[in-house]
Formats: sequence, C-alpha cells, structure tokens
Amino acid sequence: MLFGWTGNILHIDLTKKEIEVETPDIDIYMRYIGGKGMGGRYLRPVAELPWDHPDMVFSIFSGPLSGTISPTSGRTHIVSKSPLTGLVGDSSVGGKLATRMKQAGWDGIVIKGRCSHPVGIEIMDSTVSLRVADDLWGLDTETVHHRLAPQHGSLALIGPAAENGVKYASITVDRHFIAGRSGLGLCLAKKNIKYLLVDGTGRCKIKNPDKLKQAREDILRLTAASPALMGKFGFTCLGTGAVFDLMDNRRMMPTDNFRRTRFEHASKLNAAGYAEKYAPRKHGCLGCHILCKKIGQKNGQAVSLPEFETMSHFTALIGCMDTDLVVKANELCNHYGMDTISAASTLACRREITGIAYTEEKVLSLLTDTALQRGEGVDLGLGAAGYARKMGKPEAAMAVKGMALPAYDPRGAYGMALGYALSTRGGCHLRAYPISHEIFRKPVATDRFSFSGKARIIKIAEDLNTIIDSLTACKFTFFAAGLEEYADVFEAVTGIDTSAQDLLKKGEGIYYNERIINALNGFDIKDDDLPARFFTEPGSSGNNILIPPIKREDFIDARNKYYDIRGLDTKGLPLEEKAKTLGLVWKKP
Amino acid sequence: MEKTLDKFVDRLIKAKLGARSGPCFPLMGGQDDRIVWNRKADETRILEKVFDGLHINSLSFLRPIEPYTSIIAFLAKKALESDGTISPKDCETRTFLHDLPVIDEFNPDKIIQILKKRKSVIVAPKTTGTKEIGPAIIAHGTVSPEQGFVTISSVCFACFIKFFTDYLEALQKGIATDSDHHLFDAAIPHLGTVRKKMPNLMKGPFQNEENVYSAVIEAGFKTVEYGLVDSFFGNVSYLWNHTLYISQTGSSLDELAGCIDPVPLDGSTSAGITASSELSAHMEIIQRTDCTAILHGHPKFSVILSMDCDPVEKAACDFSDQCHIKCPKKRFADGIPIVPGEVGTGPFGLCNTLPLALEKNNSAIVYGHGLFTIGKNDFSQAFASLLSVEHACQRLYFEKIKQLRKNL
Repeated sequence: MLFGWTGNILHIDLTKKEIEVETPDIDIYMRYIGGKGMGGRYLRPVAELPWDHPDMVFSIFSGPLSGTISPTSGRTHIVSKSPLTGLVGDSSVGGKLATRMKQAGWDGIVIKGRCSHPVGIEIMDSTVSLRVADDLWGLDTETVHHRLAPQHGSLALIGPAAENGVKYASITVDRHFIAGRSGLGLCLAKKNIKYLLVDGTGRCKIKNPDKLKQAREDILRLTAASPALMGKFGFTCLGTGAVFDLMDNRRMMPTDNFRRTRFEHASKLNAAGYAEKYAPRKHGCLGCHILCKKIGQKNGQAVSLPEFETMSHFTALIGCMDTDLVVKANELCNHYGMDTISAASTLACRREITGIAYTEEKVLSLLTDTALQRGEGVDLGLGAAGYARKMGKPEAAMAVKGMALPAYDPRGAYGMALGYALSTRGGCHLRAYPISHEIFRKPVATDRFSFSGKARIIKIAEDLNTIIDSLTACKFTFFAAGLEEYADVFEAVTGIDTSAQDLLKKGEGIYYNERIINALNGFDIKDDDLPARFFTEPGSSGNNILIPPIKREDFIDARNKYYDIRGLDTKGLPLEEKAKTLGLVWKKP
Repeated sequence: MEKTLDKFVDRLIKAKLGARSGPCFPLMGGQDDRIVWNRKADETRILEKVFDGLHINSLSFLRPIEPYTSIIAFLAKKALESDGTISPKDCETRTFLHDLPVIDEFNPDKIIQILKKRKSVIVAPKTTGTKEIGPAIIAHGTVSPEQGFVTISSVCFACFIKFFTDYLEALQKGIATDSDHHLFDAAIPHLGTVRKKMPNLMKGPFQNEENVYSAVIEAGFKTVEYGLVDSFFGNVSYLWNHTLYISQTGSSLDELAGCIDPVPLDGSTSAGITASSELSAHMEIIQRTDCTAILHGHPKFSVILSMDCDPVEKAACDFSDQCHIKCPKKRFADGIPIVPGEVGTGPFGLCNTLPLALEKNNSAIVYGHGLFTIGKNDFSQAFASLLSVEHACQRLYFEKIKQLRKNL
C-alpha cells in the first residue's frame, strides 16, 4: 500500500480524446519522487520533438507531501519543453492545485495531443471531462477565473498572451499564483487548453501522523527562527519584496539593463513603501505558514502586489521610478498572462537598443501590444534574446540560453553568476539559489565575490533544489530548515526510510536527466555562459563595495570544475558512464 | 579553500575546544574539484571515504580538549548503552541539532550512515592496549567549513550544559553515581575562571554613527574575549537616531565589522532581513524600556542554572517536557528572572516573554538558551550585568552542588 502518493497518474490524449490511468511501481516513485522529477521522466522520451509537436507532453505534478500537513507542500510543478528556450521548461507554482489533484486521487496529469478547438479540462475526483471553451478564448485571466468561479476547486488557466503566441506566456493558478518562466502558458495554448479545473474529496494517506506532526513542528520552529522568513522585515511581513533594500544595499540591483548595479531611486521604491501605500494582507499557498504572497488594496479592489523581481525590473532595469506603474504593469502582465521578468527584461533591452526612455503610458501600451501581438509587440513577444537578435543587437539581451535574467546582478554574487550560466532552464536564480548563503547568510555566509568552492556548492544546491521541486515543497523554507528535516517529513508521510543524503542523490539523477534532455537538443558549453557585459563592464561601486567585472578566467575555471564535479565532459555534455551510475541512459549522438 | 579551512581551525582553537598541536589539533577538509586538508593526519584516509559517500563540500573532525573530551566520552559511553544518542535539552540542540548520535568506532560506513541524517556524529572513545583514544566529533557542510565549525561548537556546548545540568539533577534525586562524582571533580580544574575585572568600554551616549558601529564591534569582541558566549555566538545591538544597529544573523561576535545591520525603527527599510534572529526581541525591548544597548551571550552557568528545577515539582508539572516554552512558574536565579521562549518570532518565541521580563530588570535569562542584558547609554552596564550574572550563577551552582554532596 502506498502512503503519500495516490499511486495514480492521469494521462490525457487530446487528439484521441482518450484517458488512461497509469499506476507506476513504487520504484518509479522512489526514483522520480514527484513534481519536477516525474515531469522530467515523461519529457525525456519526447525530448527531441519540437515544443509545439502534438506528441509533446505537458505534465503537472504534485509531490508525496502535497495534501498533507507537511510545511509548504502546496506547490505544483509544471514541465514541458520551453517555447522560449528550447530547453527543459518547468515552473514551480503555488496555490492549491497540487492539493486538489491529490484529493482527486491523482499524483499528476500528463497531457499530450491537441484539441481542434479551445477546451477546458475538468477533473472531479476520478471523473475527467473536456468542456468546450470557445467562449472563453480571448478572455483575460481574471474574467475567466470569475466566470468559472472554482470555489473549493483549483483553477489553472492561460490568458490572451498565450493564445496570441507570446513566447513567455504564463499560467495563472488560483487567481494570484503564476507559473511565469519558460513560456509554459504557450504550451497549453498550443494544445488548445484554456483552463484546467481540479477538485477532489479524498484524503491523502499518511503512514505515521504523529511523526509527521513532530517533523512539522521541527520545521516550524526553524522557520520561526529565520529573520528572512518570519522576521519583522522578512517574507511573511513584506513578501519577497523584502529583498529589495538588500539588493540596493549590496549594490547588485540590475539597473539600465544591467549596465549599472545601483538605482539611486531605490530607497523610495522598496517593500515598506508598498506596504504603506497598498496595506497588503498575507496570502499564500494552501497550508503554508509563511504566506509570502501579498494582496493589496487599490481603489477598493484586491490587487496582487508585485514580487521582488517585478518590483526591481519594472523600475531599475527599465529606468522608471513609480510604484504605481509597477503595480499596473504587474496587473497587466497577470491580466494577459505574461511572465513579468521576461516582459520587463525585453522592454529594458528595447530601451538600450533604441535609446528612448519610457513614459508610464508607453510601458503599459507596449505590454498590451505584446500580449495582443500587434505592432511592435510582435517582436517584443519573442523575449529579450529573440528581440535583440531580430534587432541585430544580440549582445543587448541580458539572458542565458534565451531566458532573461532575474533581479540579482551576477557581478555582486559569483555563485549566482555560475548558477545562472549552468542552469538547465536558462537564466534562472532558483536552480542553485545561492542568494541563500551569498546574501542571506544561510546556512552560513560565503564570500560573494569569490568562486572558491562555488562549483561544488552550486552542484549540491542544484541537487537540493531539484529534490525540493520534486517533493513539491517551497525553496523559501530552506532558508531555515534543511533536507535533514524534510527527510523526516518524507519518512513520516510515506513510511519509507530515507535521509537527506539519499534524497540529494535522487536530486542528482533528476537534474542529470535535464542535462541529457538539453544535450539532446544541442545545448553544451557554448550555452553555459553569461552575457559578455558581465566580464567587461564593472557594476556601480560605492559605499566601500567594489563591483568589478567578473574575471572570465576565474569563471571558466569554476565552470570546468563544475563539469568535473557534475560528471560532464569538457564540453558540458553528459557522460555515458555517469548516466549509468544514476540509472539513466545516454549515448552521445 | 585553504584559507577558509585555516580560519575555522583557528576558531576552534580560539574557542578553547581544540589545541594547536597533538591529537586535539582540529582537522578540516574542503572539497571543490579535489579535497584539501588543513594538515596531514592518519584520519584523512577514513574521512576521504566519508567525502566519497556523501554530497558535501567539507568535513570537520575534532578530538576536543578538556573538559569537553571527558564529558563527551562519558555521555557517549552512556549513549551507547541506551539508544545511541545524546539528547541535550538546551535551545541550540532542540532547534538545530535535534540529538547527537554516537557510534562506537571510527568507521567510514558508520560515519556516513549517521551523517546522511544528522549534522554531526560523535565517535566514542576507545582503548587499544594501554592507549586511550579520546572521543571525536565529526561534522559536515554543504556550503562552507564554517558549518562544521558551528556544529562542533554547538555539540561541545550542548554536552557541557547537559553534563552539569544532569549532575545537579542526579544529586537532587539522590541517584548520582561514583562515575558522575568522579567526572565532575575531574572537570572542575579545567573550567577556568570567568574574568572579574570589567573591560574599559566606550562611553556613551554616542554622538555619531561611526562611534555606534565601533561600540557595537567592541562590545561583541569583549563578550567573546571574556568567554561569555558559546564559541562566538550571540547578538548585540545599539539604538541611535531611531535606528537599531544590530549584529547580523550567524555573525561571530568577535568579528562584527561589516556584519551590523542598521534597522530603522519606523520600518522604512527591510535591511533588517539579515539581522539577528532575535531582532524582534531586541526591538520590543527597545520599545518597552529606556535602554539603548542590548547584549546577548550564552554564558554557561547562566544557561545551566536556568534549567535547574526541583525534581519533585517537575515530576508534578504538566509541562515537564516543554519547560523551554511553557514553564508556568516564575523562576529566578540570584534574583534574575528566567523566562521560557524559543528563538525567533513563533507563538512561543522569546520575543513574547523576554521584553516583559526586562521591563523591571536589567538582565533576564532565557531557559536553556542564554542571558540578555541591557544598558541605558552604552554597553558598560550591560556588560557588567552579563559578567555579574554569570559569576552569580556559577557561584550558586557550586553552592548547590556543595550542599547536596554534603548531604550524601
């Protein structure tokens, strides 16, 4: 008997209009765990197909902890091939989707094929139905959410940006939670899926509830001791925007499309300013105790306040200095269903190329044009890399492997530099999340201006974050708790003896699988790199902090060490023997 | 990497947990693409196998000096006779370490088995022929050798607290054994003495920010120098110009330059996000009292005495297994209030209990955790309180022991 997992995976073939229920062996669950791991399992066999091929899979997975009292287990992981990058495309998203899937009796949903017309997929326990959604196509995310009024159920949907082909279209879950990166919204649009509504009445089976309660208390105690999470200025009170002042203070706030690292107006644009202006309330994923999401009040209406990256990129990166604009831009991106990081980064790239500064009206009109794919918006919808290439200025795109960089300048944190370059989904801060030790001093502080030791740190952190995304827990908790505590949670829920190190080993296999998928698509050392700017131009030094360009030879040395530690060849490609030791199959093409 | 290893080896020695030479010379290894050690040692052969078996980047190995070696040897032997773990009840262990597993031999597989689940493992002492090999503590890190240093420091501190707390309780219950007495007597000469003479600290109130930083750095340094901490850990803050200047989370009190966060009281910035995990308590103390300076250390006998409770009363108490968060009794050590409370801001956080206690006192002890003291203008008064409370607790502890042993 399985505990934790339901033991059922729902396969939906939209072309054939068929569903199938898979009941994997425990060995499969133990190897791939859930979330990101399971998503990678189904992506691998079709990895070489184009992202928009009808047989390309789109998977949504919970984890073994979802639907239990395990702290921060409300995350869902979505995986397909990214239209934006051609890499593994995945995103962890909050809300209540994973919980409702588990309650409906499903560990995950794997969708392939394509409908001939827009549909919504509705799942109520074991009943699966397709509903014609022609009437919803073209409508924005809020309108569709209110029309479908999911109540207890969980609703994931796309907006017009996805329908119109924006490469960084997002998926909105339960109104306020966004799977933003990788352009996964466009994957759903290509299959003609407007929404997914899931509800369930079941309960997750837990092997040892008393042990789970104890393990939960251990984690809550640790998070209570974390200033970054539960402190007066931490995520629970101010949201992820709490990082904003720190980035300013550390002189690593990407400014003017990463041409500078200090924005002089930053102190007027911080989280405290939003708190004063929008009187936010706490909100979060189902069952979470951190509640980092902030819902503010604007003209008597509830409004999702921007996350840190949105706050930073819609001000410093594009040269604007108005919190109202940030809130409006955030709303507009959510309204149409677009990733805010990519949207702002593409606008920053445009500003650098054209040399024309923005007015508020221009920013908002360009966002609308992008979502509706009209005028200049057609090119902006390609993302920063695609846009810059089309303009003949590829060097103006601050992106790695086609994905625009988030709001941490890598010249201010060398682990982040390495993490960005090596990430399997492109310019992403979350694969290795070195901000934890380079900025938050957890578990201990490391020297942010040194590559010493960082290659192995990044490798271990990638494995760690991979397993977090496979358990479908939240990375923020790991500013305080560790895998040691989550291994106890896993054991209590599943009844399977494990350890932090056992879980890390599984994370290694899951991550290596992603390197294989990317290698199958032609990615190698030439792609594991940063934009040239970071090696040639300094950041904004001052306040006794020197921000020189990154020494390229040091970066290359660290990258080579990483390849060695990760078990890749000198070109960054997987090795047959290494793959074998991880239970994976790989033959160099 | 080598520099980092040397730094934390040096710290273990400065904290009087290890020695500069001999078997108690700390051994630390770090691994990026290859393993490097701070010194050559026979143990590296086994420890490199441990590296191979774990996803880690550093290993720290210490055979501690006295009194830790005898105390840990004693507790380790007892652990091996029961469930294989030492279970101290101090705050650090409860919050971060959970328990301290013990193994009976220096064997890579056994070490790996434990370190897969826990931050540290204790290798019990061994006698081979006439040679006695003392206990060892092994700890790992995934980010920095500093993790091993922190863990080993905490293990030593926790074992020290546990032994002296248990001994007092054993005497009170009348169950102390000859080996308990023997170890206690043997440990005393190694305790050292807490210095009595006050350091000459900067005089406040301070007129500019530069002086504030200097005063905070100095207070932290002296707190460590006087041994009023567990290794280098604690926190310190000063209020100036409506801003609280507070040490950062995880910072070493003797190295606070560059590790002080200015936190405006009006909440206009979130720079305090990297401040000490006790920031909320510090801010509440500032609100409730007229102090400007706050010092927090972990002086050992203050912590030990905070956990002293009459065994008969404890047996009858509904919260006897939750003393650290729910102790219902008003308790004092030499007139200093002892309050329950956990680290941080949770429902049982010390930020809910400590500030109230400091409204009427210049000092308060948090159960099983440490001592907080305050001063009106500068750190002199707070430091004097830290020193005097620890002296008083040490004196009281030994008086209690003396009295109880007299009755044997």
